[in-house]
Amino acid sequence: MALSGPVHTATLTDNCLVRNDWVCGEYIRTRQDEIVEALIQHVTITAISVVIGFAVALVLAVAARRWGWLRGTILGTSTALYTIPSLALFSLLFPFTGISATTVIIGLVLYSLTILVRGILTGLDAVPADVRESAVGMGYDGFRLLRNVELPLAMPAIFASLRVATVSTIALTTVGMIVNHGGLGNLINRGQSSNFHAEVLTASVLCVVLALIADALLLGLQRWLTPWRRAVSS
Amino acid sequence: MNGLLDGLGWLFDGANWGGPAGIGTRLVEHLWLTGLSMLIACAIALPIGLWLGHLGRGGTLAINISNVGRAVPTFAILALLYMTPLGLSVWTTIIALVLFAIPPILTNAYVGMREVDPDAVEAARGMGMSGGQLLRGIELPLAVPLVMGGVRLATVQVLATATLAAVISGPGLGRIITSGFGRQDLAQVVGGAIIVGVLALVVEGLMALLQRAVDPMRRARRAPPTRERDRGMPVMPDEVVSGA
Repeated sequence: MALSGPVHTATLTDNCLVRNDWVCGEYIRTRQDEIVEALIQHVTITAISVVIGFAVALVLAVAARRWGWLRGTILGTSTALYTIPSLALFSLLFPFTGISATTVIIGLVLYSLTILVRGILTGLDAVPADVRESAVGMGYDGFRLLRNVELPLAMPAIFASLRVATVSTIALTTVGMIVNHGGLGNLINRGQSSNFHAEVLTASVLCVVLALIADALLLGLQRWLTPWRRAVSS
Repeated sequence: MNGLLDGLGWLFDGANWGGPAGIGTRLVEHLWLTGLSMLIACAIALPIGLWLGHLGRGGTLAINISNVGRAVPTFAILALLYMTPLGLSVWTTIIALVLFAIPPILTNAYVGMREVDPDAVEAARGMGMSGGQLLRGIELPLAVPLVMGGVRLATVQVLATATLAAVISGPGLGRIITSGFGRQDLAQVVGGAIIVGVLALVVEGLMALLQRAVDPMRRARRAPPTRERDRGMPVMPDEVVSGA
């Protein structure tokens, strides 16, 4: 071993973990398992929340269009819910669902509704009246009209809101750490309280990367689901 | 429902309102933090957004800033700032609040200016108005609803982020919730959550009123048809949405 300094420094492990560096490959190598675990929890919570949120939002949007008086109530309530800070919303749900992923998921679903209901309504409202009339004239009605004519035409607005909802849900999931189910947020919280630079920075960067990947995937899905728009844009 | 009732009971107990860690102190902290951060954020973001909108340049910048703002978790920024030399200082919280208030204000100001009826702008130019006159006399008054929509959205955002600051031992109402969790006092957790929620709704309501009150065109927009009802709402969903 070539020694550049006194012998005893060589016996002390000197690596980026000991120096508490912000960027540390050693951290990723040694804590791989818990990073992957947090990542899986993060993705699972986000995916479940967005899927449930989308299903509920679709029902609410269709109901709002069917019965006009519901529209104001639905939009008003979801906007009010969006106003409540996440830390408070999770804490309000805490007595009912306790320390569990359910607490976080219910909160995230409620937040996503504001964005998704608005997006779906915008899309459905923008379907041209004569297109709808032609479809009705061809015998489409009710569910078939919605599925085969209105929803495909509303797809761009729906996907725009889905992307926004997914990206902000990924960011908000971190706050779930207050009930121990915040995915990467758990790592940020623990790293912050023990002054562990690499843990906080790595988890934060992973959050952003996750959001970017999800956004790109949804964009790809949209392209694939609306092949007729590719011809328009190119 | 017991949890909620306990929380209300905790809130109505006068003993919890006084003292250096009481609801009163935390409420005052929360409000001045929010107010100061909003002032700083407006001072930075409004001129830039309005000016870019007036010039019609930098649109991608304005939109991208809001996209990035949405993807970065507020909690991550708070934690990272806390670990810089700023540490426990109150500026850690204020910087985080300002950072997250800028995107909605900037983007809405930009979009508000761009959405001004081009016919009105052209007519004003035809009448010989200079750039400055155009900005003050035509574009600004017409852009007010959207610009204020951004300020309103930012206020909601700042209020939420200020709550989260408690996790890194920052000031504000969130401290009631986090110390409730720390002491496993469920009534305090729920009580704190209720007061934070109520405060957010009240502030949002006041901001909505303010938004309407400062709109110079509100009389001209009488009896809006249903489709127009959302005008003046923050640009949603594909432009600006962020939460904390």
